[in-house]
Amino acid sequence: MKTLMKPFDLSQLSKAHEVRFAGSEGMEEQLPWPQFTVADLNFFYGRQQALKNINLIVPNKRVTAFIGPSGCGKTTLLRTFNRMNETIPGTRVEGSIRLAEKDLFSVPATTLRRVVGMVFQKPTPFPKSIFDNVAYGLHLEHRLRRTEIADKVEQSLRRAALWDEVKDKLNQSANGISGGQQQRLCIARALAVDPEVLLLDEPCSALDPISTAKIEDLLFELKKFCTIIIVTHNMLQAARVADYVGFFLSGELIELNRSKQIFQNPEKQETQDYITGRFG
Amino acid sequence: MANAALSTPGIPMQPRGLEKKQTWLERLRKGDEVVHLITLSGAWSIIVITGLLVQHLWVYSAIARHTFGWRFLFTSTWDPVNGLFGAWPFVYGTIVTSILALVIAIPIGLGTAIFLAELAPRKISDALTFLVELLAAVPSVIYGLVGIFLLIPILTTAMPYFQKVFGWLPIFSGTFYGVSYFSAAVILAIMVVPFIVSISREVLLAVPVSQREAMMALGATKWDVTWRAVVPYARQGIMGSIFLALARALGETMAVTMVIGNVAQVSTSLLAPGYTIAAVIANEFTEATGDLYLHALIELGLVLFAVTMIINALARLLMLTMRGHEVTG
Ligand SMILES: Nc1ncnc2c1ncn2[C@@H]1O[C@H](COP(=O)(O)OP(=O)(O)O)[C@@H](O)[C@H]1O
Ligand SMILES: [Mg+2]
Repeated sequence: MKTLMKPFDLSQLSKAHEVRFAGSEGMEEQLPWPQFTVADLNFFYGRQQALKNINLIVPNKRVTAFIGPSGCGKTTLLRTFNRMNETIPGTRVEGSIRLAEKDLFSVPATTLRRVVGMVFQKPTPFPKSIFDNVAYGLHLEHRLRRTEIADKVEQSLRRAALWDEVKDKLNQSANGISGGQQQRLCIARALAVDPEVLLLDEPCSALDPISTAKIEDLLFELKKFCTIIIVTHNMLQAARVADYVGFFLSGELIELNRSKQIFQNPEKQETQDYITGRFG
Repeated sequence: MANAALSTPGIPMQPRGLEKKQTWLERLRKGDEVVHLITLSGAWSIIVITGLLVQHLWVYSAIARHTFGWRFLFTSTWDPVNGLFGAWPFVYGTIVTSILALVIAIPIGLGTAIFLAELAPRKISDALTFLVELLAAVPSVIYGLVGIFLLIPILTTAMPYFQKVFGWLPIFSGTFYGVSYFSAAVILAIMVVPFIVSISREVLLAVPVSQREAMMALGATKWDVTWRAVVPYARQGIMGSIFLALARALGETMAVTMVIGNVAQVSTSLLAPGYTIAAVIANEFTEATGDLYLHALIELGLVLFAVTMIINALARLLMLTMRGHEVTG
């Protein structure tokens, strides 16, 4: 099965249907593998089409940012990656998405969501202790021993750069910590089940600059073991954290490329207009 | 003041209107004070009414209190002819029927609320909720009639079979004549289920979508989401609905007196007839002859008040310890 998945030519990032996988052995060192391969994706809320013919590849173990004006479908696309959109009645999805080499829609949604974790725009701590929040996902499936759970909780909190701030109050309610800490707690909670992918939907939009900086720093560490897709309104943030940036406009993917390319020398006029602030 | 900020630098800012202290009447005219006063008097009136209530119950039960002291609570003889009054059978009956009613009503009510809030399509849920709320508005005398003409015959038919299995338990022993603690508890349960359902459904529906989605994003099933995200989040509101149901059950008079048998005795068996505080007050108040009798009944009112307070406090304590457990465990 693994042989199906090959590193790919980066010039093909936004053309999943005709992607040419790189053949030469030497290139595998530098080139990422596809984490998601999206082909001819359409998405509908009832009769309204929110995503139009999306083709793209999300590279593995990199940070990919989705930017674009409000309502252009960034959240919708993000939520198709863990099939959260299915929970909204009246929605319909067409086209194919592959998670690594598997068909995304053939995996049970609950299994998928353990592989593809998500952090929402507003922090969503459960009204439980900090410890229980992080341990929550572990309780769902595995039957782990207490010490294993405790280890996993510590590891996740460390990875989310929150351990030092909360290690003395693990038993306190998660509602009592700051918004920035709550958001990192949600990241830790998602990390606890060892996801392959972390989806972040404007994770810093409700946070102050210091908390935002902490989360941005965190992403550099996290991409060592996780593919990260982040939706952001903030182009500076995209420029700071992302390896690849996709620009969306009214449900269409205009351009997906290396971050540098997008911000310094975009191919499309629309992208140029957006990043120079001419609209949106 | 907007223009105060524009004053030239160097000159101390002096917002108009704050130069002199406002008089009470000026503040009153602004409106805030009025609202404050209205809400404050509302809050005070509750305290005053409660105080007056307790004071009256206290004063008009003086003779009984002086005659029997604490014995009033713990003796079981209720003999108006000889002037002997003991409240225990009524206290016992009140507590037993209410607790049993809750034991029956909580699973049914909560289950229904969860079904209506989480599983049923919205239209069906709204229609059923309307029906349930209609049930809450049915006068209690109607429930009493339902008890006499529907429930008791059914229970009487079913009881021999039930007793074949469970009759060895002391609480289900003895002959069943229809009127009993058990019948009263079932009727009470039917009466309080609508409270639990309609309030719990509201609070379940009010659980933010974000909590549900956060749980689902971790790979939780619908079942997990309901039991581990929605219900815990709504717990306080659900408890509130149970307290309301409890208060209703403790004080219910009419329906209970119609099916409990009105016998001032204490029995281990739930199938035996009994009596409750509210029922005995209602039944005997008009025919109470003599001051001692009257004062004994009023003292019963005082006792009911105290029982309600104590059971509510215990229930709240239980909830607090449960919450403490949840956070540390
Ligand atoms: N739950 C929904 N029901 C119906 N339409 C929706 C829903 N969520 C989003 N939309 C519509 O889909 C389009 C894309 O929305 P969204 O993905 O949230 O955009 P973005 O995250 O880029 O701001 C918008 O036009 C929005 O109105
Ligand atoms: Mg969005």
